[in-house]
Formats: sequence, C-alpha cells, structure tokens
Amino acid sequence: MTDQSLKTTPLTELHRSLGARMVPFGGYDMPVQYKDGVLGEHRWVREHAGLFDVSHMGPAMLSLAQPSGDASADHAAISALIEPLISGDIASLKPGQIRYTVLLNEEGGMLDDLMVGRYPSGAPGGSLYIVVNAGTKDDDYALIAKAVGDKAKLMRMDGAALIAVQGPEASAVVADLLPGSSDLGFMQFAGGEWEGHWVMFARSGYTGEDGYEILVPPKGATAFVERLLCDPRVKPIGLGARDSLRLEAGLPLYGHDADPTVSPIEAALNFAVPKKRRERGDLRGSVRINAEFGGELRRVRVGLRVLEGAPAREGAEIADANGKIVGNVTSGGFSPSLSQSIAMGFVPPALSAIGTRLNVLVRGKSQPAEVVAMPFVPHRYVRKP
Amino acid sequence: MHFTKDHEWVELDGDIATVGITAYAAEQLGDVVYVELPAVGKALKPGDGMAVVESVKAASDVYAPLAGEVMAVNEALGANPETVNQAPEGEGWFAKVKLADKAAVDGLMDRTAYEQFLSTL
Repeated sequence: MTDQSLKTTPLTELHRSLGARMVPFGGYDMPVQYKDGVLGEHRWVREHAGLFDVSHMGPAMLSLAQPSGDASADHAAISALIEPLISGDIASLKPGQIRYTVLLNEEGGMLDDLMVGRYPSGAPGGSLYIVVNAGTKDDDYALIAKAVGDKAKLMRMDGAALIAVQGPEASAVVADLLPGSSDLGFMQFAGGEWEGHWVMFARSGYTGEDGYEILVPPKGATAFVERLLCDPRVKPIGLGARDSLRLEAGLPLYGHDADPTVSPIEAALNFAVPKKRRERGDLRGSVRINAEFGGELRRVRVGLRVLEGAPAREGAEIADANGKIVGNVTSGGFSPSLSQSIAMGFVPPALSAIGTRLNVLVRGKSQPAEVVAMPFVPHRYVRKP
Repeated sequence: MHFTKDHEWVELDGDIATVGITAYAAEQLGDVVYVELPAVGKALKPGDGMAVVESVKAASDVYAPLAGEVMAVNEALGANPETVNQAPEGEGWFAKVKLADKAAVDGLMDRTAYEQFLSTL
C-alpha cells in the first residue's frame, strides 16, 4: 500500500520492482531494505559497491543574480552571501571542491549540516552547489533565499535523482560510466555527460567508504541506475544499511545526533568551524561557539562501544561509574562490521576521554560501555591533492 | 503448533509450551542481532513482555501468548541470535513455559487459521 501523502523519487517504481520494503522517511516513500536485508547489504558495501537512492535530500544551486564575469570576484561575492549563515570557509574553496559545513541559528545551534561546493572551472562563476538534508530542506532553502535576497538565486534541484555509489569497488564501477570520475579526490566534484544526460558527480558519501554521489536528471535516472545494477559488483542498498554504515563511520545524523540546541562544537564537528571564521567573530552564535571552543563546554558527542548486553539505541540514558545519569544516546545499534553494539551520545567533557568507562541503561538494565574514538570503522576515502 | 495474532507459535508437550516467533515475524524483523530472554522462574500473564528481539534497525517486544511460568530459555540464542532467522519455528525457540491452564492453547489459531490471518495483512 502506498501512502498518497508521501513524495516519490524518480526511482520509486524501480525500488518496488527490485523487491524493496518501502517506509516513509523525511516525507518520502523510500526503500529501507531490499531482499538481502540490512546485514547483507551493509557487508556488501564494505566489500563491493552499493547503490543508494538519496533523492530525498536537497541539492540546489545558488548563483549570483548578476555575475561580473570575473570568476574569483564572483566566488568571493557568493561566498560572502552564504558564509553569514554557516560555519564554514567557502571563500577559500578551490574550483570543484566541496566542503562539509553547518547551518547555524543565532544561538550557534545547528539548523542542519550540509555540503557546499564551488562549481568547477568552466561553469559560470559565482555559483555554489549545495546539498541539505531531506527533513530540513524546505526551511533551509527558505532561510538561504531570504538571506541572499535579490543578490542571488536559489534553484532547487531536488526533483532530480541523487544516487550514491559507495564501497571499495565504487570507483571502478562509476569510471565505466563516467570516465572523468576517478580523477577526482574525496570532496571534489565535476560535471559530465552520460548518454545525452548532463550529470554531476561528487566523490563523497555517508558510509566512510570511497564513492560518489551523482545528480542525474529525472528522465535519465532509471536508465542510469539500471545500467549500474547490471554490474555484478553493484547491489541496491536501503536506508537501513545506510544508517548502520554512517554510524560505523562516526558521522552524525541530523535530527538525532544534532538539532537546533546542539552547537557544532558540542557535536564534535570542530573541523567544520575553521579558525578563520572563529577569529573573525562573524559566526552566528559566535560568543557561545568561541567560549565552547575555549573549553566552556557542557556536553560533547562521543562514540561508545557497548561491552555487554543489548544494543543501546536513541534515547537510552548514559550513566557514570556511580550510576549518575550524565547524558543520552542519540543514535546506536548493532555494528555489522564489528559484531558489537556501538552508539553515539552526549556526555560532559570530563567523561569524554577515550577509554572512560560508562554505563548505558537499556530497558532498566545498566550495561557497561566505553568511550572509543570515532570513526568506529576506519574511513577509506581517496584523497588527491 | 498453535499461533497468535502477534506472530508467536506455541508447541505443547504435556503442560510445557515451547514458544517462539513465526517465520513471518522473523522475516519482517530482518536480521536478528540480539535476543533478550526472560528470567527462568518468571511468571507470565498473556500479553506480558516475554522477550525483546533486536534487528540491526530496531527492538521489538515479544509478548507472552499464555499464562505460565518460564521453565527454561534458549541460551544458545545469546551467541547465535541469527538462529531466529534460520529456524524460527524450530531451533530458534525462545522459552519453555509451564502453562497455568493448558486448555488455553485451544483459544489460539491452528496453522490453517494463522495462514488465513496472514493473508489478510
């Protein structure tokens, strides 16, 4: 049965024909798993290449309304329009480079996490590629459009298909369709043509593996995916395994591990708040963020390995060695790669050191846990200068 | 074998009922990664939480189908929770319960009735 209020992606029918179990997610009818199930799909991505439909997310293009034609000046101008809303340094992006950053509220809390890329050389200057989360995209787009006013135009591209191909064999698979793709390093993107369709491909992802996220026009989407699925190295992967993969990779999920009360410093995303932005003091919530960066931190996101007992899931309480409740698990579950339960949660900084023994409370039972470094499973990104 | 609408099965031997989840339930849950079993000696009323079965994604309660006392639990599921997927209506059993009233199983569905029930879902 289909819930008529749910939005679909250009690939919804294909998912059904592949035997997916569909669930509502972020307002969309999405595949949570296919026939192999979450464990099998998770392991396939760690060993081969998995294909994910992430068209529910929010790709968009932000462009200067009146570019000067001078690529450097136009990039500086568009960066100056977006930077007041986010934590990142966009001005210093090289052509074709993408950065993970955070959309902030006035209190320095996270409204979303997002990708911002500078279009490669050759594309019109003064344009940024932006990808925000599904559940927040309408609010994000509205906030950005209001902030830039008539100086820039935001063009939504979320009617297109966004397809992630992830895993150690992803690069070889994608190179068969998009020959230029293997020249890219992690967090670089480019455009190209596939069978007459203009596609954009970024070497990025949400699994900790090497791979790509590819924006394909709706008309070409099914053929593109069917072509990828012809490759025996590729299997379709649902949102269930996407979640267990990103958990192992230590990557936060917005709405769970971050929300408007959580600052990027609390979320342990310090790398997304560069020194240049902190020193300039023009971050939203700058006073709080700088104080937290200086050590006045109330809580911080840590990784936990659950040493015994049931998986500790979102909402489970975290207690110190004396049984005092000190925080909560924000996402957690069984790690197929480690065959052990892992979790992320917030604890006071004094209890955040690697090796700290804590307890997680699951259905009233106290189970031992230990603070461990993230990622839980090493990233295998392919970086290029 | 008898069945409940909550997708448990009950196999009676004397007044001891072996209880587990059906193949349909195991398939719906997906890969089982952890099973929390009741304490031996626990007194159960119908509908009491008897066990919790966890897949990668979620935790699901398993309810006691009938009243009785837990006599034994399937300790092997601790090391091999995947047995629930591999043999849900056999080696993947959860608990053996001494029924307070073994005639109560007559209130459950037989396989034909259960399969008919599944076809309505």
